Amino acid sequence: MLRFIFGRLAVLVPTFIGVSIIAFSFIRLLPGDPVMLMSGERVMSPERHTQLMADLGLDRPIYIQYFDYLVNLLQGDFGSSIVTKRAVLTDFLQLFPATVELSLCAIILAVALGVPAGVLAAVKRGTWLDQTLMGTALVGYSMPIFWWGLLLVIFFSGYLGWTPVSGRISLMYFFPQVTGFMLVDSLISGQAGAFKSAVTYLILPTIVLATIPLAVIARQTRSAMLEVLGEDYVRTARSKGLSPFRVIGIHALRNALIPVVTTIGLQVGVLLAGAILTETIFSWPGIGKWMVDSVFKRDYQVVQGGLMLIAAVIMVVNLIVDVLYGFINPRIRY
Amino acid sequence: MAVVEIKTITPPNGLAEFWFYFSRNKGAVIGLAVFVIILVLAAFAAFVAPHSPSIQNREVLLLPPAWVEGGRLTYFLGTDAVGRDILSRLIYGARFSLFIGVVVVSISVVSGVLVGLIAGYFRGRTDTIIMRVMDIILAFPSLLLALVLVAVLGPGLVNAMIAISLVNLPHFVRLTRAAVMTERTKDYVIASKVAGAGTLRLMFLTILPNCLAPLIVQATLAFSAAILDAAALGFLGMGAQPPTPEWGTMLAEAREFIQRAWWVVTFPGLAILITVLAINLMGDGLRDALDPKLKRS
Repeated sequence: MLRFIFGRLAVLVPTFIGVSIIAFSFIRLLPGDPVMLMSGERVMSPERHTQLMADLGLDRPIYIQYFDYLVNLLQGDFGSSIVTKRAVLTDFLQLFPATVELSLCAIILAVALGVPAGVLAAVKRGTWLDQTLMGTALVGYSMPIFWWGLLLVIFFSGYLGWTPVSGRISLMYFFPQVTGFMLVDSLISGQAGAFKSAVTYLILPTIVLATIPLAVIARQTRSAMLEVLGEDYVRTARSKGLSPFRVIGIHALRNALIPVVTTIGLQVGVLLAGAILTETIFSWPGIGKWMVDSVFKRDYQVVQGGLMLIAAVIMVVNLIVDVLYGFINPRIRY
Repeated sequence: MAVVEIKTITPPNGLAEFWFYFSRNKGAVIGLAVFVIILVLAAFAAFVAPHSPSIQNREVLLLPPAWVEGGRLTYFLGTDAVGRDILSRLIYGARFSLFIGVVVVSISVVSGVLVGLIAGYFRGRTDTIIMRVMDIILAFPSLLLALVLVAVLGPGLVNAMIAISLVNLPHFVRLTRAAVMTERTKDYVIASKVAGAGTLRLMFLTILPNCLAPLIVQATLAFSAAILDAAALGFLGMGAQPPTPEWGTMLAEAREFIQRAWWVVTFPGLAILITVLAINLMGDGLRDALDPKLKRS
């Protein structure tokens, strides 16, 4: 098992270097040089320009600049914002919990609804129930979620007035950030109604972000389940007289879940891509909105650092999924 | 003596067989029908659309759809904030979405298959390097990478298509490589090699045709994904620029009227959903028809 983990780690190193090269070259591919980007519209004398280039070490050979960049990365220095002057890592760590909270809620919702829906569709294969469930899943899979979010806002926030339109919690509540998760922090604060407020703010973004993973998980569970239900050991379990619930819930589902777990792991990238749109629609203060805003503010230092950090998160999560997969499915360990 | 009648059974030709399996999936046939309708609408937009997609009529600002009170039949789906006919803009918008899909899929299929073929056929160091590069692309969320690429290249439809093609690439490379690797060692390939076929012939004429089924299915999925991604970029303001009647861009423009005029938000999104859904339905049918493993069921 250790060999397996180290093997996966070894593959990660070249990927990390590659990702860092992309993030490093990104700023240099933009028209103009970093000093001109920083100065913006202001006019700058050629002497001052040369001086600043030298100050920032941009007059040195490109490979030395890259090496410096890499050393800084490994020391946790991801650059700092041109607009706010704050370190990119500080901002990232402050905003990341909001995205994690939203993504976790979305994936929990997607699994909680998607797996039973998939199992049900497989067991009732070919019936109207199967067709309805899978039809709905395909609609969810084809959904432009930025539009879906707007529709939900029109209906639930505008027409019914049930949920707020944007943000994480009502402005009436104020309490210190302990974990960064609004649901947890609002409970810790002990203020009446704070938790409820946080939930109402979270509901629509969660539904929007969960839509595509939910559809993917339901479809995947159904096909995995169909495959397993045809296996001999399931027939054996049935003929032994076990209750259908036991056969499906224990014998079949446990094996069917192996490919589903991989699918869930693969949804991390999908979730972060979805978070970009979801957070933009609901003004959710997470890293997705932060990246979009930075692109528009031309705060390229933040874009560069954010790109690197997000890629690092995805790589680490994929590694964890791989290792977990090795645990639940011994066949692929070597 | 009974006379034994000898019947010659001709094997069904490929197309007939394909249609037999494809048409068993009702959803796929519906998807195909809807897709053809959209295709025809897009092709004959100039004749079908009741109005010009760009002419602004100051007298009909934010007119509701025909069936709502105050709506007019001539502006069936209503008008937007500057008095343009939404239905006409949607019909013209279909051109952009289908065009984006075709271009993105063509670029990523051609380059992805080529790179995947090279990786799977030659293996060794070439393979390792190619796959590591693909891992790097996959380490970023696709939409984020596309967004950043467009920021570098400059916002616009062409750059959005280039960016989406690039983020789509790894899927085709991986799929082709996996298919090539299973085919490469099969007897017919070795026989062809022994018979003296050259590398290029082996790669493109012997192996590739046998790897097409999963690629065609993936291409349909990529087609719908490209339409969604381009619309998302348009929605974020980084795709087609106004006043282009691209569906995502129309949604972005409509966002501020979300409380006052539901129709400017509803219809462009519905158009995206219907188009993408039709293509995905077709994709499911294609998978049923082309995947030999599923045929028996």
